[in-house]
Amino acid sequence: MAALYEGYTLCALLKTPNSLVSGINGIEVDSDIDHVVVTDSTRSVTLYKVSDQKPLGSWTLKQGQSLSCPAVYNAGTKEYVSVSDGKVIRVWKAEDLLLDKAFKATLSANVWRVHAVPGGGLFVLFVRGAVRLLDDVLAAPQQPIEEVLGQEENIRSVATVTAETQHFVIFTTEQNSCHFLYVQRLKPNSLQKFSLEPQGPAPQEAQAPLSFSACYQEGHIRLLCLYPDGHVYQSLVSMRGPPALPPGGAAPLPRTQLLGLHVGGALLEAASAIYLDDCHVAVVGAPHPAAGPDFLCIWNTNFQTLQAGKEIPGKVYGQLWSYAGKLFIPHGRSLTVIPYECPTSSLATALGKLKRAGSRVPACVPSWSSLLDGRTPSDLIESSQNIGRAGPHGVFVQTATVEAVQREVEALLSRADPQDLNPWLGQLACSLVSRSSTDPPFYPASGLAALVRTGSLCHSVCPELLLLALEKRDYLLAQLCLQAFPDVPENITCCCLKTFLSAPEAEVQTACLEPSSLSFMETHSAPQRGIELNGFTSTGGGPDPEKPSSPPIHTCPLGVHKAVLLNEVIQTPYSDAFLLPHLKDLSPQQLMLFLQYLHFLYLQYSQDSFKQEDKSIAPTLTQIMDWVCLLLDAHFTVLVMTPEARGLLVNLHIFVRSQVRFCSELGKLEGSLQEIQTLRRQKEMGQYCIQVIKIF
Amino acid sequence: MGEFKVHRVRFFDYMPSAISAMAFNVHTERLAVARADGTVEIYNFADNCFQEKVIPGKDGRTVEALCWAGQRLFSTGLNGEIVEYDLENLRSKYTVEAYGGPVWTISSNSQGTQLAVGCEDGTVKIFELVEDSIQFQSNFDRLKSRVLSLSWHPSGTQIAAGTMDMIRVFNVTTGETCTALLQMMVDRAAGANKKKEVAVWSVVFLSDNTVISGDSAGKVQVWDSQMGTLIRTHLVTKWDVMALAVSRDESSLLAGTSEGSVVQFQFISARLDQPDKEWQRTRTLRSHSHDVRALVHTDTAAVSGGNDAHLVVRPFMEKVVKGSKESAPCKITFPHRSLVSCGKKAGILLFQFPERLEVWRLGESNENGIPGEELSVTKKPEALIHLKRKGDDHICCSTLSPCGGWLAYASASSVRLFQLQYDNDSIALTKVKLPKVLRWANQLCFSADSSRLFASFSQSSVLVFALSKSEAKYVHTLKPKSVSKQAVHLMSTSDDGQWLATANSDCEVHVYNLKKLKYHCTVPVYGSCPSAMAIHPTGSNVVMVHADQKIFEYSLEQKEYTEWSRSLAKKGLHGSWLNRVAPVTHVSFSASNPDYIILHDMNMFCIIDKSLPLPEKDSDLCNQNQLRSMNEAARVKDSHAFKICEMFKNLLCVGLMEDHSLVVVERPLLDIATRLPAPVRQKKFAT
Repeated sequence: MAALYEGYTLCALLKTPNSLVSGINGIEVDSDIDHVVVTDSTRSVTLYKVSDQKPLGSWTLKQGQSLSCPAVYNAGTKEYVSVSDGKVIRVWKAEDLLLDKAFKATLSANVWRVHAVPGGGLFVLFVRGAVRLLDDVLAAPQQPIEEVLGQEENIRSVATVTAETQHFVIFTTEQNSCHFLYVQRLKPNSLQKFSLEPQGPAPQEAQAPLSFSACYQEGHIRLLCLYPDGHVYQSLVSMRGPPALPPGGAAPLPRTQLLGLHVGGALLEAASAIYLDDCHVAVVGAPHPAAGPDFLCIWNTNFQTLQAGKEIPGKVYGQLWSYAGKLFIPHGRSLTVIPYECPTSSLATALGKLKRAGSRVPACVPSWSSLLDGRTPSDLIESSQNIGRAGPHGVFVQTATVEAVQREVEALLSRADPQDLNPWLGQLACSLVSRSSTDPPFYPASGLAALVRTGSLCHSVCPELLLLALEKRDYLLAQLCLQAFPDVPENITCCCLKTFLSAPEAEVQTACLEPSSLSFMETHSAPQRGIELNGFTSTGGGPDPEKPSSPPIHTCPLGVHKAVLLNEVIQTPYSDAFLLPHLKDLSPQQLMLFLQYLHFLYLQYSQDSFKQEDKSIAPTLTQIMDWVCLLLDAHFTVLVMTPEARGLLVNLHIFVRSQVRFCSELGKLEGSLQEIQTLRRQKEMGQYCIQVIKIF
Repeated sequence: MGEFKVHRVRFFDYMPSAISAMAFNVHTERLAVARADGTVEIYNFADNCFQEKVIPGKDGRTVEALCWAGQRLFSTGLNGEIVEYDLENLRSKYTVEAYGGPVWTISSNSQGTQLAVGCEDGTVKIFELVEDSIQFQSNFDRLKSRVLSLSWHPSGTQIAAGTMDMIRVFNVTTGETCTALLQMMVDRAAGANKKKEVAVWSVVFLSDNTVISGDSAGKVQVWDSQMGTLIRTHLVTKWDVMALAVSRDESSLLAGTSEGSVVQFQFISARLDQPDKEWQRTRTLRSHSHDVRALVHTDTAAVSGGNDAHLVVRPFMEKVVKGSKESAPCKITFPHRSLVSCGKKAGILLFQFPERLEVWRLGESNENGIPGEELSVTKKPEALIHLKRKGDDHICCSTLSPCGGWLAYASASSVRLFQLQYDNDSIALTKVKLPKVLRWANQLCFSADSSRLFASFSQSSVLVFALSKSEAKYVHTLKPKSVSKQAVHLMSTSDDGQWLATANSDCEVHVYNLKKLKYHCTVPVYGSCPSAMAIHPTGSNVVMVHADQKIFEYSLEQKEYTEWSRSLAKKGLHGSWLNRVAPVTHVSFSASNPDYIILHDMNMFCIIDKSLPLPEKDSDLCNQNQLRSMNEAARVKDSHAFKICEMFKNLLCVGLMEDHSLVVVERPLLDIATRLPAPVRQKKFAT
């Protein structure tokens, strides 16, 4: 699962007169992957060493001049190139101290951007759409530059892509609220023009794409467009596409929706989306579905799941760069570097580790594409009135009483197959949750429980639901969520664990939990007399000087209800690398209690009291052992320092030791039995047989 | 070469009998082995441990001890008799009652002039060897309990006797306990067995007056016989030490235990710089699953035998040249002669047990299969006859005529002939009277057309009987032109009825012309005993395989070795062939292809195709697996005359039936082991 790590500040941002602009013109990489070249919006270029968060060098223009293009590094000549005042090219080396003494050349037309292509030298994109090699331009600075773009057509954004040996400069333009995309192929030069589909409720109010990112994958250029209404589209442009259309004609660019971000009504103002790899997209400036407006999120586009999120305090300018596993985000008054990780994802990692395979009905994860691509089942049309009311902006949800909402939810669920309602159930749950959090007296407990029981929800659809349940002390809902959600993030799992462990026993006792799990725990937590464990007693293994005086635990250290809740936590899928840091937040008391409970479960297992039929309810031995290991890993020092932990640990150690011995005996037995197996296979001949042999 | 249908037979439940005693004659290098059923076998250690003689046992005669006195072999048993064996006619020569109850042990002095026996009543009796008999000489002072073991001092003046709880040393001339000597009391086992008497199963008297004893408490003890003091005790096992054996130079001692291990002790100094030598335990050999009852220490090897019936020869690696044939450990389980006769025309097998004969008809299958396949058996094999022998003497040989219509067996006291008549499912067995001239026989053989019976008699002579309906008439006695008195152990006739060949343990092969009923010739005597022999059905050649694995083909008409035999001798046999331990026990021919010679030993069978080139020295002898994976052309290039098939193990017989199918009689060692009584030391898992 992708993760965002703790960020750090690289530098402070300049104060700019326009508060909507960050003050950073661009960030480019140097030859060293740890170096970035930051160009601010006025007149200075700074080279930073990212890991040390300190500048290595800085170059500034004279007062009055300004840089109109971010500085880029030419790896071929080891020079930096930038443009000042629109048409003056500046070229300097790292050891040059003053920019004024460096090389400069004045061109005949204004430059939009200079771009470095790996191994391909530098390219100049002129404001009027022409693209030239920098070397060609510098050879004859005053050469005439043709105009590619039409009247009132202006470049909005630009990106470069390198595919195998071919380089592309891709830029979008705007002309009378129409948006076009140009794909300029270099060496040999050719130009393709596409028109972008207008986005928005009406053609007159067509929205301009907020951000634009491109990458190359398997013979196609993938383009990513983020629109203010939160839709993220992907378009594929074939590398060997048809030759450019006759001038003026523009082919419509087909697009598919990649994501539909939840924007909460308002349009996005400053946001950006970029590709991190094949299936991960980083989005900044869009609200987190659960937490708040200004978030940096990583989405898995294959599974439509939110993989990681981080709040970005302060103003977000909609700028985002990604180099060498680090995201660069200007926000508020600083430029922040956030390292991230996108491991190759499988379904299991995307949904968390699916440890209890087959034991429960797998939750069905709603697909965003089916949600928005209009595969609406026809039988739902009749209840469209209802759904309209239940939609995120529905007035009904915002105003109705708890009872009315619950009635309506039950009616909705009884009317249609929950599978068909999938997309709307998520929206409904989200709106119910958001009203509950803003309007504290409003809490439709049974309605939410019914929604969760459909199995159509998952954590990434409605991330606030589980937290709300914890906040409201609705243990049944929490239990249902833990059972039904396949993708509970580790920090939320840990939150649940903490809440359950520290909840007052009396309060939990009154909670009404799933009856089957309750009755299961009731039968097993009854005090039992010391039974021999697999032929070993826990105190076995010879005289032990460290043997504690207290008898081994055979009674459950927790109430039945609490135990049931903890069982759910234990059975929740998780990835230990992400769980471990959160586990460290447990207080020593919580830790001791949990460890005692796990020890109790372990002993129960060794006594064979968990029978075959309990499989779906009881945590498996592997899950228990994994949790014990995790707890010991996370809190080793704490446990060593806590005097009351000593007895427990000694007991655990003695028991584990006896089990290890037992297992080694089993290992020997296994070897012997295997030997017998191989022997048996050879010898099957009876007293007599007739065979055919051939002698050569 | 071709495909064969193989009848794989495992229903011959032959059980070798436990080995109870052994004696080794250093001068002739013959090992005598006695088994629990009274059989005595003679192995020639100078000739690849070939079992050259078998003296059949007798009901009621057990052998507790064996000893050589010069060339003469004596045994005693719990029936209280001393037996001398006639090694030429393979029977007991005479028996002498010892009048002391069961006799536990017998030992001769090194000069071979006196025998000492230890009796149940506590007496040690001395017998003098006279020509053709033994004579009682004296009784020693009677001891309190049975005498279990005896050992002469090499000088012949003293005898050490092990009894219950103690060891005594007697003066031979006076028959009294040596006055200077105390009796040596053996400690009993500790703990619960404290009350149980300790049996001194074995004693060894060394020339430096040291006595070494092995007892039922698991100890090997070294005593000073002059002082009567214990020098050293080695606790070897929790169970019994049943046997001891010392090397000729008295530097090494073997002790066999009930656990099946053999422990070696050597007379060496404990430290390099110390001149004083003492008996140190040096190595443990584990060759047996059951009690080791008998041990022999030859100059180069430890020979052991016991209740698991294996005779094991384990060479000491420091005494033999590495890689030579003597360095190969050898385990002999099956006799070196055939216990199975094939009625190859009728598909009938005869199995010989000491006390009975079994006749089986092979099963049938209608199918034809591809190589490697097992065919479904449409008709199961059928036991036709269980024939119990008459009298106390064990069956020593038996034979079945090729047509399956005649059956004969012999013991030390009688020869019996039966006619078998098959009538669909029923079978009639008629006894046919033999003339009185035939009182016993060493070997029996029918002619190929079942018209004659040949019986080898004393001094390598052969009696010929003509068989007709319910009658056997004496025809002639064939006598060789040699002075050998040894018994015939192999006999073979040719399919055309012209030749009869006999081989005896003096390595002589005599050939008789049956048409003229007279001696024809003697094959040049080779130094190794023939272990298998057969006459070619058409070519008038006799093929002999010797105990040293050499193969010869001798033309009877030309009276010389054949061209093929000469080329084989010139080229020399392949090293892997010569290094095999088990001797070839059977030779036969193929009726379809005169170039094929089929032979087998305990571990493999081999078809020699005389038309193919002989294997090169550096090529692989057992190349069937390689040939299988090759294409036809490469196969022709690489194939050689020796087609060795190692697919079948523990073979008692491989025979070619007339329908070109092979009969393979196997006796898996595991089946034998499962029928043995439980060993004292049960193996546990993973120990």
